[in-house]
Amino acid sequence: MAGKDQAYIVGAYEHPLRHAPDHSVARLHAEVAKGAVEDAGLSRDDIDGFFCAGDAPGANPWSLANYLNLRKLRHLDSTDMGGCSYLIHVAHAAQAIAAGRCNVALITLAGRPRSEGISGTQVRVRGSNLPESPYEMPYRPVTLNLYAMCAMRHMHEFGTTSEQLAWIKVAASRHAQHNPHAMLRKPVSVDEVLASPLISDPLRRLDSCVVTDGGGALIVARAEVAAQLHRPRVRIKGYGETTKHQDGGKIDLTYTGQAWSGPRAFEAAGVGPGDIQYASIYDSFTITVLLQLEDLGFCGKGEGGRFVQDGNLIAGVGRLPVNTDGGGLCNNHPSNRGGMTKIIEAVRQLRGEAHPELQVPGCTLALASGIGGAIGHRHGAATLIMEREA
Amino acid sequence: MMTEQRSGAWKLGDPALNPGDEEYFIAARNGSLLVGACRACGELHHYPRCMCPFCWSAEVELKPAAGAGTIYTFSVTRKGPDTPYCIAYVQLDEGPIMMTNIVDTDLDLVRVGQRVRLVCVPTDGDYAIPMFTPAQAE
Ligand SMILES: [Zn+2]
Repeated sequence: MAGKDQAYIVGAYEHPLRHAPDHSVARLHAEVAKGAVEDAGLSRDDIDGFFCAGDAPGANPWSLANYLNLRKLRHLDSTDMGGCSYLIHVAHAAQAIAAGRCNVALITLAGRPRSEGISGTQVRVRGSNLPESPYEMPYRPVTLNLYAMCAMRHMHEFGTTSEQLAWIKVAASRHAQHNPHAMLRKPVSVDEVLASPLISDPLRRLDSCVVTDGGGALIVARAEVAAQLHRPRVRIKGYGETTKHQDGGKIDLTYTGQAWSGPRAFEAAGVGPGDIQYASIYDSFTITVLLQLEDLGFCGKGEGGRFVQDGNLIAGVGRLPVNTDGGGLCNNHPSNRGGMTKIIEAVRQLRGEAHPELQVPGCTLALASGIGGAIGHRHGAATLIMEREA
Repeated sequence: MMTEQRSGAWKLGDPALNPGDEEYFIAARNGSLLVGACRACGELHHYPRCMCPFCWSAEVELKPAAGAGTIYTFSVTRKGPDTPYCIAYVQLDEGPIMMTNIVDTDLDLVRVGQRVRLVCVPTDGDYAIPMFTPAQAE
């Protein structure tokens, strides 16, 4: 069904910095936009669609469009679903291209939480009028304890262990040692993860992602445009998006929204979990990965602990190479939003441009997943399936 | 050594209410926990809202829960401001699961499945916040 309405990721760029105290957020967005456009071999005035999320200055598109001086825009989308916004932007860009609304879409993410001292144990006030605030804020939910409560319940129901969660960090660290830009490059052992301090039971410091400045950008283009570029062709083959929340008090924290968005993406792509050769799995915390691997169908519900142990996520070692850039756990989690870097590493794998030690041989089918918000109360989830065309 | 959070040991201000939230927090000040109850479908929900989240009927009212429940999950946060403290989801015996804190106990002994009872902790303002503590004296 490849045709002129198909969409391709033709440009991808990850900012090399992880600590950028002297960069403004707008500058980081501009540098990644330029990097992605140059990676694609396009120019600024080819861009007629622009996508950004809540990390953009002002949380709307016009301030950055002004800064970047984008002059040809005819399609704009500032959908914000937290860390998975950028997967949704890719999906929406593909839909906009299919609908004839744009030909070349730019998607940017950038931020500087490391320089601004923002961490996962701070209560973040997310604006007034939120209906749930009086019923939650007195109890001091923070990013860490909202994920930790999911891990605690999973351990209770399925016997998942801290050692099994630690294997997810071990895999990320083994990959990150090959990434010169990674925030944490030193390989760690299961014992080292277990020896790191408990932040919020049962999650430890090394169960958590890094806090980094920086960002990334993508260019999504129509088939005719992609055909003229001298880059490997990465087609957007399927996608799904959803939200999951507290269901009026019928709360079940043992699964994420990927249980719904994943199957939609697989159905659209006409493939199954067993066909995926490389997966970028959103890794704000180790438990985030484990739950999604189950929900996406890489293993059964409750089997995630056994699936991730003994190096099964390590490229060249295990059955499913995951996050070969080192992921959010070791490499980069810019602006506290890991979705962009998930897509970028999947594109590298599909182009054959991952680190040679970690490149999946003949990688033609990859998946990227994203979570936004917190799985402990409300979150967005999105899945992208991408294919390398010969 | 005990990891403890005594109710009243940290500053508990009034939550920022939206119009319609007052009754719930006034009831808490009087020692009572309210849940939303739907006259159309019979389901209970938490947090309370203007219509039933299950059938969208506007025929909802606030009803007192007995104040007994079971810990569905929890986490003791040990780093960051005002730590340690225990956040939890408690399943009320009536059915709904609500976010809360577990207080007035050794937090190292908190367990999933533990029976808990309501304690309404007064704010330094006009209201109180429903929290829970283990049902049996430790
Ligand atoms: Zn109802």
